[in-house]
Amino acid sequence: MSETELAMHSHGAELAEGSPYHIPSRKLTMWLFIISDAITFGALLFGYGYLRTASTDWPTPFKFNPSILNVMIMTVVLITSSLTMLGAVDSAKVGNKAKTRRFLWSTILLGAIFAGLHIREWFGLIDEGVRLFQNPWGSPLFGATFFAITGLHLLHVISGVVALAVISRGFSRGWLTPGHVETTGLYWHFVDLVWMFVVPLVYLLNISK
Amino acid sequence: MAGSATSKGSATSKNVIAKYLPVYFVLLGIAALEIFLAYQHFSIGSLLAILLALAVCGGALAVMYFMHLAEERRSLFLTLIPATIFVLLMMNMIWSDSFRLLHMKPFPH
Repeated sequence: MSETELAMHSHGAELAEGSPYHIPSRKLTMWLFIISDAITFGALLFGYGYLRTASTDWPTPFKFNPSILNVMIMTVVLITSSLTMLGAVDSAKVGNKAKTRRFLWSTILLGAIFAGLHIREWFGLIDEGVRLFQNPWGSPLFGATFFAITGLHLLHVISGVVALAVISRGFSRGWLTPGHVETTGLYWHFVDLVWMFVVPLVYLLNISK
Repeated sequence: MAGSATSKGSATSKNVIAKYLPVYFVLLGIAALEIFLAYQHFSIGSLLAILLALAVCGGALAVMYFMHLAEERRSLFLTLIPATIFVLLMMNMIWSDSFRLLHMKPFPH
């Protein structure tokens, strides 16, 4: 062992402390990001809840067909994409690149379907006259809260789809590791988790009966 | 060698999908139950409480199983989750104001 290598080795041993959580720093960073993002969504949803409860003329525009039916399909698509993401992470861990790529592209496809359905939902509401600060039915803040919350979620989905495409390419070519697939998987499951709160609060509380 | 890794990978992926299928179906069941309850005649406050409780159950399942927090060291759970719940609960301070505004009683004199 050369003198430089010896010096690096001894310094490395001093500096390299074990993680208290026994996970790679990349994964811990993603967890911290997820927590901060959860609080951001929490603030938005609580703010929405405040306005929803304090307004006597809050609109309830979501009919079963097309809105709730669309939401049901979107929910199934997103939860299924979490399942394919689990398959991708698992395949990556055992080094099966072809299967990882197939699972990742299934997840990307499901994410893209979700985004397409969401955009169709938006256009439907825009056609009915919903804008950021006006709508034909009641409180003008309905559009602001609806587009802000669902828009931020949609942005997360689209970012996730792009990230998964990059990860798929990088993992196939060997410049990204199974750890990268796992970390992106954490993000993708978080996007799914947020949707579980958006559906009841934003859609189901505003059903047209 | 590569072939063996591939066949092992296929078997493991099928196993992991099968392992998490019950969680998947419970999450779909929770979503279906939420939609069913939304069409029942509850007051807005009761419906909100029921839907939030169901969403928390679904979210907890996703965090513990899909995100594998149940398989990590307990220290990670204890660092992340109580702090997040505390911050989210503190945000509830604004709810009482929203009900007060609804009844046009900004301040109790």
